[in-house]
Amino acid sequence: MSSKHIIVALAGNANVGKSVIFNELTGLHQHVGNWPGKTVERAEGTLIFEGHEIDVIDLPGIYSLTTYSIEELVSREYIAVEQPDILVNVVDASSLERNLAFTIQLMELEPKMVIALNQIDIAESKGIIVHHERLSEILGLPVIPTIAVKGAGLTELMREVVKSTASSKKTVPQKLGPEVEYRLDEIGEMLTVETPYPRRWVALKLIEGDPKVENMIYPTDSAVREKVENGQQYLEEIHGHDSASVIASERYALAHRIATECMSIVIPEKGLGERLEEITSHPVLGYIFMIAAILGVFIGIFSFGDWAAGLLDGVFMWLQSVYFNVLGESWTTVFFWDAVVDGVIGGATVALPYIGPFYLMLSVLEDSGYLARVAFLMDSAMHTIGLHGKGFIPVMLGFGCNVPAVLGARVMETERERLLCAFVASLVPCAARSIVIMGLVATYVGFEWALLLYVIDFLLIFILGRIAFKVAPDEPVGLIMEMPGYRFPSLRVTAQRTWFRLKHFVYEAFPIMIAGNFVIQVANIIGLLGLVESWMSPITVGWLGLPAAVGVVLIFGVLRKELTLILLGSLLGTTNYALILTPVQMFVFAFVVMVYVPCIATIAALVKEFGVKKAGIITVVEIGVAVLLGGVILRVLMALGLP
Amino acid sequence: MSSESVEEYLEAIHSFNEKNQLAKNQDLAQKLQVSPPSVTQMVKRLADEGLVQYEPYKGAQLTGKGMALAQKVVRKHRLLERFLHDILGLPSNRIHDEACKMEHSLSDETAAALCKTLNNPETCPDDGLELPPCSLDIDDCDDCAGFSEEKGQTNLITQLSHLKPGEEGVVKFIRGGRRSCQRIMDMGLTPDTQIKVTAAAPFRGPIEVEVRDTSLALGRNLASQVFVQVKDGNPTWLRVHPHGPHHQRQSRPKPI
Repeated sequence: MSSKHIIVALAGNANVGKSVIFNELTGLHQHVGNWPGKTVERAEGTLIFEGHEIDVIDLPGIYSLTTYSIEELVSREYIAVEQPDILVNVVDASSLERNLAFTIQLMELEPKMVIALNQIDIAESKGIIVHHERLSEILGLPVIPTIAVKGAGLTELMREVVKSTASSKKTVPQKLGPEVEYRLDEIGEMLTVETPYPRRWVALKLIEGDPKVENMIYPTDSAVREKVENGQQYLEEIHGHDSASVIASERYALAHRIATECMSIVIPEKGLGERLEEITSHPVLGYIFMIAAILGVFIGIFSFGDWAAGLLDGVFMWLQSVYFNVLGESWTTVFFWDAVVDGVIGGATVALPYIGPFYLMLSVLEDSGYLARVAFLMDSAMHTIGLHGKGFIPVMLGFGCNVPAVLGARVMETERERLLCAFVASLVPCAARSIVIMGLVATYVGFEWALLLYVIDFLLIFILGRIAFKVAPDEPVGLIMEMPGYRFPSLRVTAQRTWFRLKHFVYEAFPIMIAGNFVIQVANIIGLLGLVESWMSPITVGWLGLPAAVGVVLIFGVLRKELTLILLGSLLGTTNYALILTPVQMFVFAFVVMVYVPCIATIAALVKEFGVKKAGIITVVEIGVAVLLGGVILRVLMALGLP
Repeated sequence: MSSESVEEYLEAIHSFNEKNQLAKNQDLAQKLQVSPPSVTQMVKRLADEGLVQYEPYKGAQLTGKGMALAQKVVRKHRLLERFLHDILGLPSNRIHDEACKMEHSLSDETAAALCKTLNNPETCPDDGLELPPCSLDIDDCDDCAGFSEEKGQTNLITQLSHLKPGEEGVVKFIRGGRRSCQRIMDMGLTPDTQIKVTAAAPFRGPIEVEVRDTSLALGRNLASQVFVQVKDGNPTWLRVHPHGPHHQRQSRPKPI
């Protein structure tokens, strides 16, 4: 057989070991990016297998092919429109029924398909034995048992992939009840609009009332609409439920029948994981465990981050002295350093030391199954700020650095929830802002005033979170997720995933940070900043009651907020802030620094995740709130007679 | 134990639980105007029946099963209040006691008809409390064909959010927005699915449900969109003579 290029897509539920298979297959030959225009991770890799070049695409872990989440939409468009040569459906043998319900949906799209029956070892430890030959017989698809974490069965899987790609055998969707199939045939025959989807699938989606498919068919084909509505009515009458629920029930009923037919159960045993489950979901112990775990993660990330940032800082300082020693201190060398190199340094010392360990910890938390428990315990608390349980981790991380917090918003399912979560996270006072609050307000005004600032910030998060929750379009959907059993995350998968995500972040966010730094430095050199300072003075001096120099400080603060203090000192000629600012001014200044624009790295992360427009809106809203409330606070404090 | 007094107790406990409070024995005694020892005894029996969960010194809380029964009575009570107030024009200080007497003899069929006539009221007239949701499997009131025995609508139906850890049930129907209903069913909670609640997070957090050999976590709001028929252990007292109070049953049903 001659060498051939094959595109394979991996599809399956979350927590079935899909990513492990992906990593085992592709190793270091992979690329992590985004689906075009979507905040959905797209992992792609290549392998050479017995003379074939195989491209593997890891589709997101999902439970259905409706339009509920972005992941689901991306997956179904990819399978139907871009059409991989073959689809590998990874099925968790230890929860066969739920997984098969998704398999049935995949088969409806009629792609060439192979089933990887994964985690047969976990199933066996739960006392479940799946007869894969029987499963293959029923589905009419090849079924290969695998244990991905041990690499078992993957060679057989790839061999089958190559074989099935070459064969001309088609996937035949599983039949639902005769009353449904009859309608599907009728509607399918009536369709005149050409779509990339199979006819039966289009008919099925119309019966389910899928808005995307309706928009595709109904405008040009109104006769179909009538037929569909008749069909829906008929199904609703005989089943007593709406048609979407009839179809969902039939799929699950079918999955149940298939699962029971090819499965035998022996005695299950209670393992370490289940005992851990009892502790971590316990109403009291669960919270204690969680606080310890989160604190551990937090301290881990930030003490490593601090150490690494300090180390990098030292390296760059040394580089800087070498640079100026060698090239001499002239206008051009200073300009190059400030405008170009400083941007790289900013990115490298602010973002990387924290984001690397963050990606690592997030991956471990996700894979071990603990993230689901935290979401479970924190759900009701997060509802008060308009999020649900899964939003806790990103918001928590915001206290250290907003960048991983914004990136972490991906754990939410829908675009709406992601945006809300990232918005809230960008308001959380990060370590850099805490430096300003502590260094200025706590030192010169009093610790209780610093605390007051935090209280104000939490109130702001609460109120703005609520408003955003109301304003954001679409129906909010609460927490619903699978609670996976505990397991040890694979070291290799974790390390690889962290590395590829980090690489992706550097490519996406660094250019923005470097460009931002460049623009500000150039503006400084050509004297634009002086002008800006005087333009801003009605706001900074008139409304906020601060010295005019603050204008420039706030602009530079966008690069790194912790530098605002030092910069303010150097512009005003002293670091004894009591001489240059009144306590009220300090409070107002710290407040504005705390709330106005997230720093450039956070903006970069927002742009990367949500696009320029939404990142812009968040930035503008936060500047507006900071300035508006800053003035209000000034007047309140003055009215109270404070100096 | 007569069905009427069971209903009275469940109703009283419900009135505390709906405000997110546990029903303490002395509060119940005051509300029902009976002696504290007899409350203690009765609450214990209700707990044996699996209708309430009782924590000494803290109070009682309805289980899913208790809630299903309580909701039925409370719903009838509040429908009657609305009827007496809106249609018959009785003064609002009279309607509560009147409804209290009528609620136990009102059939499910009449209650459904009453709801239809009153145009599905949301709150009761005297204290503005919400009516427990209708437990008929319909999408909106235009489709309401009233109550029918054949459809098995006498069953104990309540929202999944009211079930306590250890309780089992069968999903009957899902009500609410399109996206959330779709999502709930995608995750395997389709009508006629067996479920078992395994854990509940405190502070009205999510509940964990065992379904189709996997474990799902659902936020309370989503869980309250799912209507389940609770497994009803051995409800001997439900089948007592409809004019209950005269019949004292001797045999104690076995705890489940």
